[in-house]
Amino acid sequence: MIEGMTALYIFMLAAITGYEIIGRVPVILHTPLMSGSNFVHGIVLVGAMVAMGHAHAPLELVIGFIGVALAAGNAVGGYVVTERMLQMFKRSKGSN
Amino acid sequence: MDNLIQISYFIAAFLFIFGLKRMSSPVTARDGIVWAGVGMLVATLITFFYPGMENYLLMTAAIFVGGVAAFWSGKKVAMTDMPQMIALYNGMGGGAAAAIAAVELLQDDFHSQTFLTLAVLGALIGSMSFSGSLIAFAKLQGWLRRPLRFPGQQIFNIILFLFAAGFGALLITQGEISGTTIMIFFAAALAYGVMMALPIGGADMPVVISLFNALTGLAVAFEGFVLNNAAMIIAGTVVGSAGTLLTQLMARAMNRSISNVLFSSFGASGTTETDSVEGSMKPIDAVDAGVMMAFAERVIIIPGYGMAVAQAQHKIQELMTMLLARGVDVKFAIHPVAGRMPGHMNVLLAEANVPYERLYDLDEINPAFPQTDVALVIGANDVVNPMARTNPDSPIYGMPILNADQAKNVIVIKRGQGKGFSGVENALFYGDNTRMLYGDGQAMVGELIEAVKAL
Repeated sequence: MIEGMTALYIFMLAAITGYEIIGRVPVILHTPLMSGSNFVHGIVLVGAMVAMGHAHAPLELVIGFIGVALAAGNAVGGYVVTERMLQMFKRSKGSN
Repeated sequence: MDNLIQISYFIAAFLFIFGLKRMSSPVTARDGIVWAGVGMLVATLITFFYPGMENYLLMTAAIFVGGVAAFWSGKKVAMTDMPQMIALYNGMGGGAAAAIAAVELLQDDFHSQTFLTLAVLGALIGSMSFSGSLIAFAKLQGWLRRPLRFPGQQIFNIILFLFAAGFGALLITQGEISGTTIMIFFAAALAYGVMMALPIGGADMPVVISLFNALTGLAVAFEGFVLNNAAMIIAGTVVGSAGTLLTQLMARAMNRSISNVLFSSFGASGTTETDSVEGSMKPIDAVDAGVMMAFAERVIIIPGYGMAVAQAQHKIQELMTMLLARGVDVKFAIHPVAGRMPGHMNVLLAEANVPYERLYDLDEINPAFPQTDVALVIGANDVVNPMARTNPDSPIYGMPILNADQAKNVIVIKRGQGKGFSGVENALFYGDNTRMLYGDGQAMVGELIEAVKAL
């Protein structure tokens, strides 16, 4: 699995990837891109599900439930908002 | 099964990066979010088959509750309120990361000190992002009007942060993790997020939201390490670094550093003596302003947050169409930080069908102002304040601005005589070539349209 140095390598490469993606982005896409990256960290849902799935004590379960609900909100809300924003770039396709 | 799960996470991670890459170009942006969405769906569905999972019923209920609430609010919200929704959803992500850490800490089943440290770090950052984003949401929603500042605030915040970090360190070093320590740790981290966001003025919110977005990404990555989940590590880290760069770009557009945004009490100190402005504000009525524009050769429209608040973008589009029909050359000048986020104006104008190629950014449009007959400022303030060029004592000195004051005539649509979000007096409004059109943005543009139509 992912350990020690491997984890560090993944971390470094992913960080460089993120930096490169944003590097040459026109200003008009900053807001949609912030919204899009906001959606992407909605992947926290997966972690919240795993944490809740392994919870036993009532307190753990309650916190797990809140975590999953919040994460689902992040993912779904992030998607809907980004999608709506990007809808507006429809007509520019032909003219640019 | 385990292999299938890992492969699915791998695919999800790839789709996130691919999707974000597509989103970084206007032509491919729209399918970018769909690819990323597919990745999310794959990762979420496969997680139901994760080994040793229980509580499926409650879990599904939680997804349903959070998902439906977010879906409904995301669909319903007006385009102008998007920034605070991003803040809200981002805060939820941070909160979820903190919740994961809390569950893991309560179970106290860490394989190594490194995992424990990462869990605590993720919890600290996630909690800050959660409460801070909620404050940002409340501010942009207009629930919190004034930035809260008090003497010694920096010191207080530093102490609060050290307090939270100290209890975090206690959690890491203590052999036995106690419930009380966990509780104090989370309370302090949440309080720090609130205190960090409270003194920041509304004009700086885009930078702060972007920063919290990056922080949430980082928190997700840290919890990903703890859960040994590659999709979370990669997606979280990508967002963390992309968000950090985006934050820097935004701060640079305002000619300020991130630390300056976060830690300076902008516009709070007594700068009022130095920015006494000569002259007076001269009002104009909509009919005169409309005539002026109708007979102009070149018009530049400068939208700001006020246009978003007044929902005036559709009326602006109508006005543009009418002026174009009369042979007037109409351009839009978009300041990088006009509105509450970079690109905020572009999104709103795109929604109102203002064509792309009429939108110009700062460097493209500034040389055109001296040849412009009318510059129409609607709801913008600090981004057209010439004091950023002329007055070294002004808090916004050095910020790149749109040189609207160089146009032959300037019409400013403004609700009242108040100052901008930064609280700085605007010399443009007192210029000899400036006329003030007082009223609600949408109503006033409507009257301009009537005036042009009547000709």
